[in-house]
Amino acid sequence: MIGRLETALRARIDAGGKCLVPYITGGYPGWVESIRACAANGADAVEIGIPFSDPVMDGPIIQQASQVSLDAGTTPLSILHEVRTLDVGIPLAVMCYYNTVFHAGEKRFASDLAAAGISAAIVPDLPLEESGPWTSAADEAGVETVMLAAPTAPDERLPRVTERARGFVYSVGLLGVTGERATLAGTATSLAARVMKVTTKPVLVGVGVSNAEQAVEASRVADGVIMGASVVRRMIEGGPDAVGAYVREVRQALDSTKW
Amino acid sequence: MVTPGADGRFGEFGGRFVPETLIPACQELEAAFVDAWADPTFRKELDEVLHEYAGRPSMITECHNLSEQLGIRLILKREDLNHTGSHKINNVIGQTLLAKRMGKKRIVAETGAGQHGVASATAAALMGLECKVYMGAVDVARQELNVFRMRLLGSEVEAVTSGSQTLKDAVNEAMRDWVATVESTHYCLGSVMGPHPYPYMVRQFHRVIGDEASVQCNELLGTHPDFVVACVGGGSNAMGIFSGFVDTPARLIGVEPAGGAAVGRGQPGVVHGMKSYLMQDEHGQVAEAHSISAGLDYPGVGPEHSYLASIGRSEYPTVTDDEVISAFQVMSRAEGIIPALECAHAMAWIIREAPKMQGKTVLMNLSGRGDKDVGQMMTILGGMK
Repeated sequence: MIGRLETALRARIDAGGKCLVPYITGGYPGWVESIRACAANGADAVEIGIPFSDPVMDGPIIQQASQVSLDAGTTPLSILHEVRTLDVGIPLAVMCYYNTVFHAGEKRFASDLAAAGISAAIVPDLPLEESGPWTSAADEAGVETVMLAAPTAPDERLPRVTERARGFVYSVGLLGVTGERATLAGTATSLAARVMKVTTKPVLVGVGVSNAEQAVEASRVADGVIMGASVVRRMIEGGPDAVGAYVREVRQALDSTKW
Repeated sequence: MVTPGADGRFGEFGGRFVPETLIPACQELEAAFVDAWADPTFRKELDEVLHEYAGRPSMITECHNLSEQLGIRLILKREDLNHTGSHKINNVIGQTLLAKRMGKKRIVAETGAGQHGVASATAAALMGLECKVYMGAVDVARQELNVFRMRLLGSEVEAVTSGSQTLKDAVNEAMRDWVATVESTHYCLGSVMGPHPYPYMVRQFHRVIGDEASVQCNELLGTHPDFVVACVGGGSNAMGIFSGFVDTPARLIGVEPAGGAAVGRGQPGVVHGMKSYLMQDEHGQVAEAHSISAGLDYPGVGPEHSYLASIGRSEYPTVTDDEVISAFQVMSRAEGIIPALECAHAMAWIIREAPKMQGKTVLMNLSGRGDKDVGQMMTILGGMK
């Protein structure tokens, strides 16, 4: 099965371009307009974070946005409710921690996502060995499960991870949590190159890809990037307009590079 | 006792719910622990350090005064007499020896009351390891002496200001550190929780409590006690002492704080790498625990406790902060032993339930001494002029 997310990313790749997937914290003031701004400025898809009380993969910026969102009363269902009416013309994925899925029940959560028009899910604390109950429910509901490939993974593990991935393979850019870094970690490109060798699925680099220059650098070896903290920081500081301007800047940098 | 297989399960509980980045480290740790545990040289070294440095075996003490007052036969397992003042040293010596064997130069740890942090800082000093301890800012404020102890021992202490600023947030921050430093660093987790192999490994390092107590009770009583009682936050001291009695008919009682009753009021959930009972709201957000005792201020519980509860082998009643404050004073005055506030939970349950246990023998794990809590209690009790 090739779903909407993978189809959209393949279209970009087949046209000789690189994929750009910004991350927006769901429920943060201005999040819906920020998603529209992403779509209007060249994002290929948007990853919507469902805030969780204990986000162990997230650094200070996304933690802060999640806390503000939770304090405002955001729930998984309130996000899905608003997403239903969001007709932005690009696929949407959610990023959520596993307890959000487990608490709702795998089948119900998968069907809730599908009903809200969500194409894919990323569950960063659900490794391959524990993913079975979720992925079978997601497959059933037509939701693509993006798997994460980590820099620490030995060579024998990577093909098993990419095999199970739907939508794209999330190539983790560094050892550490989400957040902006001054330079792109060496592991970002070395892992992406390893992952590209073992799969034909789109491979996007995320975690620590912090500006247009780094997006270009990562895309030299991968099919594109996911950008989280740098997008969320702009949403916090400048709202949807700042998000739109930033996405446009990265899009232009990717489009003006000769690959 | 259950020995979990590759899936790290105790029944339906446990597992390994961590980011992909940490999977190889968990697998490496599991292999290293299994190898070390089966290696007589490692076991001999562990036993020697526990004996010569930590002061094991810990004795049992029969509480004649309280026994008479309560109409039961009360026996304490004296983990408060270990070096650093609690049971936490058993696990920490085991894990730091293992970290050295694995070639790690640095450990990180989380701490609630500070007992695991102090034990980690102590073992790190002994073994020559770099150590960083994460502690919720709320706990840093209420356990400032332990913070100073850790720094005195050469460890770095970072106050965690995210979330509820207590133990669960300290765990989050320690995990974030570990994700970034996994190649050089061992995460010295302080309870029978977290991703496989931690719940199993930490229980094995603490089962010395129950194994000793089983022999000691046989010598004193000629049999097992009727009740084995311990406080439960994450549940390490309880798993340690339960290990010696789970195969006997003794009733196993894990006492939780009313404001942190994971088994009593939680539902199955997944956080900190494990599937277990967890206090959470209707949307699956982890609830903030509230307890007078920083060491029990945790919304989850080790997965083996969830398993033992699910099969009806152990029970998890709760006590209130007021009952704990009272028990803290009762034990101090009756026996001349100031218990840690955590252990005062076990004492509080025993005092409350004594009328239903007349003539029974009750073994309580006194898992830590109360010195760290006297400042807080002085504030609560107003100096007791």
